Amino acid sequence: MIEFKNVSKWYGSFQVLKRCSTSIATGEVVVVCGPSGSGKSTLIKTANALEPFQEGEIRINGVSVGDPATNLPRLRSQIGMVFQHFELFPHLSVMRNLALAQVKVLGRRQSEANERGRALLERVGLSAHMDKYPGQLSGGQQQRVAIARALAMDPVAMLFDEPTSALDPEMVNEVLDVMVDLAKEGMTMMVVTHEMGFARKVADRVVFMDEGAIVEDCSKDEFFGRPDQRSDRARQFLSKILSH
Amino acid sequence: MGGFDFDTIVRTAPYLFKVGLAFTLKLTLLSTAGAVVLGTLLAMMRLSSNRLLSGVAGAYVNLMRALPLILIIFWFYFLVPYIVGWIIRAGAPVAVGGFTSALITFILFEAAYFCEIMRAGIQSIPRGQAGAGYALGLNYWQVMRYIVLPQAFRNMTPLLLTQMIVLFQDTSLVYVLSLTDFLGAANNIAQRDGRLVEMFVFAAAVYFLISYAASRLVKMLERRIAIAR
Repeated sequence: MIEFKNVSKWYGSFQVLKRCSTSIATGEVVVVCGPSGSGKSTLIKTANALEPFQEGEIRINGVSVGDPATNLPRLRSQIGMVFQHFELFPHLSVMRNLALAQVKVLGRRQSEANERGRALLERVGLSAHMDKYPGQLSGGQQQRVAIARALAMDPVAMLFDEPTSALDPEMVNEVLDVMVDLAKEGMTMMVVTHEMGFARKVADRVVFMDEGAIVEDCSKDEFFGRPDQRSDRARQFLSKILSH
Repeated sequence: MGGFDFDTIVRTAPYLFKVGLAFTLKLTLLSTAGAVVLGTLLAMMRLSSNRLLSGVAGAYVNLMRALPLILIIFWFYFLVPYIVGWIIRAGAPVAVGGFTSALITFILFEAAYFCEIMRAGIQSIPRGQAGAGYALGLNYWQVMRYIVLPQAFRNMTPLLLTQMIVLFQDTSLVYVLSLTDFLGAANNIAQRDGRLVEMFVFAAAVYFLISYAASRLVKMLERRIAIAR
């Protein structure tokens, strides 16, 4: 469903992505991990063209992301994205956050959009908060609203860019639970995260990045079960992350 | 001349307020509305990645801010009739009237200042906000209209209102076009009745009261307006 082919990107003369190739099949959950600065957030943001790239190709259901002729808003509306810092719209109520793009992009009626929004808030356990503003919610609640906002567009795939790393530790699980449920329902997901517990539980594959390149791209069982076959960098990374 | 003649003020108050102050307020409000719209468009141009757009907007803002307002008032007063005549192909200058000319001048001039305020306002919104909008499939104009500009306006309301107070005072410059704004009206009475002291003191008091009260209101607003994040 999502295919990266030799994607390279430079900031000036600094290369942040080095010929990255991988793919995510329909229904697959792929976790992308790696040390900070390894380019994983940049890679996931190239998938819906929030970050431009200079070389290579990305296709979503066959549609080229980098092609100037591609209708980007349309393409993006089919892919949900969840950000590290939630990025809820602080001037809109929770319900309006969920309904805005449904109405403006998908052309749904306001009542229809609200109905869908309400159902999704119910699902993430926040129906009591629909008239509040994002600033009145905890970090974990905000991120669950952000997931609901992305789901409200009925996306074919979801991108998660470090969805739990800005959260207080006690709020991480409420967000991961929602993500685990989504994965179990068969949502196609690309998840940048350091939560190896999540990766073990639901990932089909793990992609490990270092210095802008994809170093490992293998099944979860191989990644966690066969450390002797992993690269040095991946082993070092795992030992640091898993030791606590 | 005798003592300070309050009676002159009382007697001429209806004229001063209904004709003079009404004109001043009308010019202030319409100019502000026009300048905010134009200034916002200029700010969006200045922040555009398109070099041509940002260059044109930047040059415009720098030009307007480098010239004295009174020069621009003269300039447009004499030029606007020709421009309008040219646009509607009348073949001759078209009389546009002092008010229209002044309004256009103030909009064009103040837009440069409102542009800089709105530019700061737009830049104060985290980039991730626009990113989230784009990720949902909104286009540039929708992201601006529904996400970035509402927050920018809200953050910048105190500065926008402060600039409006400056504009309120600047409108008195229309006296050079022989328009009867509040100060012009006061001046008319002062000359006619030989009551210069009364009229100019009174005019100063009214300008002060309105500007001061407005700036106090802005201060209060400032405290209440901050968006919870």
